[in-house]
Amino acid sequence: MIMGLMQTGLMNMAAAVAAIPIRPTAASSIAEGVDHLYFFLTAITLFFTALIFSTIFFFMVKFRRRSADEQPADTKTHLALELSWTIIPTLITVVIFVWSSSLYFENSRPPEASTEIFVVGKQWMWHIQHPEGPREINELHVPVNAPVKITMTSEDVIHDFYIPAFRVKKDAIPGRYTSLWFQATKIGTYHLFCAQYCGADHAEMIGWVYVMSPTDYAAWLSGGARNESMAQTGERLFTQLGCVTCHVADNTGRGPSLVGLYGKQEKLRNGDMRLVDEALIRQAIVTPNSIILPNYPPIMPTFQGQINEEQVLQLIAYVKSLGTEERKTNGK
Amino acid sequence: MSTTVIPELPGQEIPAESRVNYLNASYGVKSWLLTTDHKRIALLYLGSITLMFFVGGFFAVLMRLHLIEPQGALVAPETYNKLFTMHGVIMVFFFLVPSIPATLGNFLVPMMIGARDLAFPRLNLLSWYIYVIGACFTLYAVISGGVDTGWTFYTPYSSTFSHTSVVPTALGVFITGFSSILTGLNFVVTIHKMRAPGLTWFRLPLFIWAMYATSIIFILGTPVIAITIFLLGLERLLHIGIFDPAIGGDPILFQHMFWFYSHPAVYIMILPGMGVMSELITCFSRKRIFGYTFVAFSSLAIAIISFLVWGHHMFVTGQSIYAGLIFSVLSFLVAIPSAVKVFNWTATLYKGSISYDAPMLYALGFIGLFTMGGLTGLFLASLATDVHLNGTYFIVAHFHYIMVGGAVMAYLGGIHFWWPKITGRMYPDGWARFAALVIFVGFNLTFFPQFVLGYLGMPRRYAVYPGEFQVLNVMSSAGASILGIGYLIPLIYLLWSIRYGPIAGPNPWGAKGLEWETPSPPPTENFEEIPLVTEDAYNYANVGGSRG
Amino acid sequence: MADMAVHPAHPPGFKHQFEDMEQQRDADSLGMWVFLVTEVMFFGGLFATYIIYRALYLPAFETGSRLLNVKFGAVNTAVLIGSSLTMALAIHAAQAGKKKSEQVMYLVLTMILGAVFLFLKFAFEWRADYNEHLVPGFHFIIRPEWGAAGPHVPMFFCFYFFMTGLHALHMIIGFGILSTLTVMAHRGRFNSEYYAPLEVSGLYWHFVDIVWIFLFPLLYLIGGRFAMPGVH
Repeated sequence: MIMGLMQTGLMNMAAAVAAIPIRPTAASSIAEGVDHLYFFLTAITLFFTALIFSTIFFFMVKFRRRSADEQPADTKTHLALELSWTIIPTLITVVIFVWSSSLYFENSRPPEASTEIFVVGKQWMWHIQHPEGPREINELHVPVNAPVKITMTSEDVIHDFYIPAFRVKKDAIPGRYTSLWFQATKIGTYHLFCAQYCGADHAEMIGWVYVMSPTDYAAWLSGGARNESMAQTGERLFTQLGCVTCHVADNTGRGPSLVGLYGKQEKLRNGDMRLVDEALIRQAIVTPNSIILPNYPPIMPTFQGQINEEQVLQLIAYVKSLGTEERKTNGK
Repeated sequence: MSTTVIPELPGQEIPAESRVNYLNASYGVKSWLLTTDHKRIALLYLGSITLMFFVGGFFAVLMRLHLIEPQGALVAPETYNKLFTMHGVIMVFFFLVPSIPATLGNFLVPMMIGARDLAFPRLNLLSWYIYVIGACFTLYAVISGGVDTGWTFYTPYSSTFSHTSVVPTALGVFITGFSSILTGLNFVVTIHKMRAPGLTWFRLPLFIWAMYATSIIFILGTPVIAITIFLLGLERLLHIGIFDPAIGGDPILFQHMFWFYSHPAVYIMILPGMGVMSELITCFSRKRIFGYTFVAFSSLAIAIISFLVWGHHMFVTGQSIYAGLIFSVLSFLVAIPSAVKVFNWTATLYKGSISYDAPMLYALGFIGLFTMGGLTGLFLASLATDVHLNGTYFIVAHFHYIMVGGAVMAYLGGIHFWWPKITGRMYPDGWARFAALVIFVGFNLTFFPQFVLGYLGMPRRYAVYPGEFQVLNVMSSAGASILGIGYLIPLIYLLWSIRYGPIAGPNPWGAKGLEWETPSPPPTENFEEIPLVTEDAYNYANVGGSRG
Repeated sequence: MADMAVHPAHPPGFKHQFEDMEQQRDADSLGMWVFLVTEVMFFGGLFATYIIYRALYLPAFETGSRLLNVKFGAVNTAVLIGSSLTMALAIHAAQAGKKKSEQVMYLVLTMILGAVFLFLKFAFEWRADYNEHLVPGFHFIIRPEWGAAGPHVPMFFCFYFFMTGLHALHMIIGFGILSTLTVMAHRGRFNSEYYAPLEVSGLYWHFVDIVWIFLFPLLYLIGGRFAMPGVH
């Protein structure tokens, strides 16, 4: 059986050698930049490997032992040579480091006007939710030429959200939010992989990214079944779970109003200042008594185990929709 | 075909076959299992480590056979996940980490420094027993259903979600860690306190410097993985622990603790091989090493800097950009001493008298493949490219180039070089060179395609994969079958040579070094009289010869 | 030991891989120091994670710390320091060539003090903690009066039991070493020429003591229990 497999493999190989891809599609704004660095590194690798291999080969032939009692002259030290082959590689690595780090900085900071899409990794599928409402599993529809920020977490173990064609990757970790951003530059269909081993069906936790023209994307968003937006779903949950009983909009409830809260700097009872972002709101829902406010007793019950990560994201979307700090000061 | 023919060093007689040496000084299983002779302990380790190598290698063969088909040709995904885990655990902890130190190191350290044994022979024997007990726990895990967490045991999968034999495996790794610690302790004390008269630090063979640097990592790093695994085991048993998010635990903390050891561990795996390189290159080009001081200090530099770079395994975990920058710059820094060594070894060949014996072929293969493997590390130290390449086959290719193309080839080169000293017999040179070639070819065919696969985006630890990756996978599997055959050949002829190989004299290679001034095999006490050392290491220029 | 008969020139206890007793003593001493470095890294890993989590969950760690029995902790600290003293006296007795009965007495005293430490820890502190449901994994109960810190208090107790448990394990191993030494001392093995095993084991025992001297304040004392009134 093994021989047969090997034979089939070899035949296919022979037929396909000419078609072996060596470079993945470059479909995002940063892909070309990453590829250029990659090619530079490849060139350095090939250069030094070839240099060492050929020097060794040359020496092996030229200085091969010609008689049994051949006695070479003693080695002399050569400090200048030692220093140069210490300093030159150091300089090369400095160049690589500076180039790479500046790319990395750029690739880590999402532009201000990014579309946000939310991802929850769960053994063994990706749950993807657009703020406008549509939800997908293992599929991500995005518009071309628009920056997209993916905010993600995991329901269980560590997963990793990887789109090779965009050259982006980030771990999805239970208990916290991580994010990456990209701007797709080519309409098409690209692989989505989980790149952190997560158990039995890790290899099946794959899917597709569909990059569409802006009109197609808008049509896709509004097409299909009537969707409520994430904020609307969040609002329903807010009522269902009883949050609205304490968090009354006009501040007459037992808990603080959430209007205009997102983006604010809140002072806690122990004097710390915390930014109200996704992470803080999640923390408030899951471990409420770890955040104590100056004027409110710590009586909020925890919702850990009662709602899943996607629902937490919907609640956060609702809180965001109640106005951010800037809107509050500008609009009113 | 020419094997080196060097006249015996003056004063050494060709030993009679019946001369007493460490192998025949006493007979019987008890004399081996209760030995305190470092040379016998080295052979005990050689046997166990070889066994573990072939067990781990067997899993690799199954994996590569399975990956011929995109949907998997051999086993269910759950089984595949266990195969790569067990391959990794066994190869890392039970083969690569102990390989050169516990076999060649144990055998040679006392001999190279002119001592009768290590400082603590009974601790040495204890370290072997600890290794075996740890291996038994791990093998028990293998036969009781296997373990599927990956050799990296990331939480919370390993602490909470996996349903496999995590605790026995973790226990096996934990226990075997103490074997490393004791070996490192023994080497450090021996090298500090038991050098022969006249053997100053800068006259030591570079193999000893390499063992010393490795021992520093054994001593400082291994206890941290021990406590990490201990905590993981407790969490699995008690269902609560410091990585448990329900009480505020951080799964990323596990990664920090794990990699704090496991990154220096990879230098445990390569430094001894670099030490072997210095011995082989000098002997088979009959020259003093170029830049002794630089090579010696580069070993120490690698050992120390290796403790500062662990975060480069975690660039995509969402750690702060600034942490990423620091780990990136340090990771580039740690590459420089290795580059310095490669240049020094190459320069040693210049105007040498080079012979093509099997150990030298392994050495030359090492230099080329280690260079390539090391340079591909730059892709991973570089933040922007690491984001794309992390978690893919590029990483797999990178570390196999260093571990297999580097460490294993150095190990085989060392075994072949010191085989006549260890056994008193020579192996058939033709087969040895042939095997070296087969291994070199098989290795490159197996792992080079994996660089391409990684860049294309194929993630690692995948039991099934998209069809467009098949051609490269088949190439890799073809290479693996050649590599596997390549490893079997030395096993056969080395074993054969113990009985049927020609008798070797004290110094068949004409090498410099105190170990070559003893009979082959050496007597139990190594030296009748402790030698007095008056010359530098690798003093080949003054071997009685005609040209100046 | 065969070497005693063959080489009358070598003192008893001489090991033949060494050239002379001085080399052996040096090696034994360096060996123990290197081993202690590994122990520092072993405990150090645990201490480092304790410090990290303490910074993250300070209120919970302070709450937990106040629930520990500082009286037993303090007595135990004194007991352990006392046992280091008796250990040092045992070594001194051998070094100064005193009778073996004196050496044995101090070694036995060290073991007794060690046993007192373990007894107080297990029979009183740990048993009380178990009865009060403060052992994570064994029906731990989060008390309402802990308030906001409640959910993270088990983390403190995880560290408390891991750290003191690991320390206790080292003491039990030390016990085994001490028993062996007591037997050897009783057989008259130690004198002013040869007492390296005592010295080397003393290093180990002092190290275990020092670990406790770090543990006691880190676990028991910095819970704000001695805070001045009016100062948070």
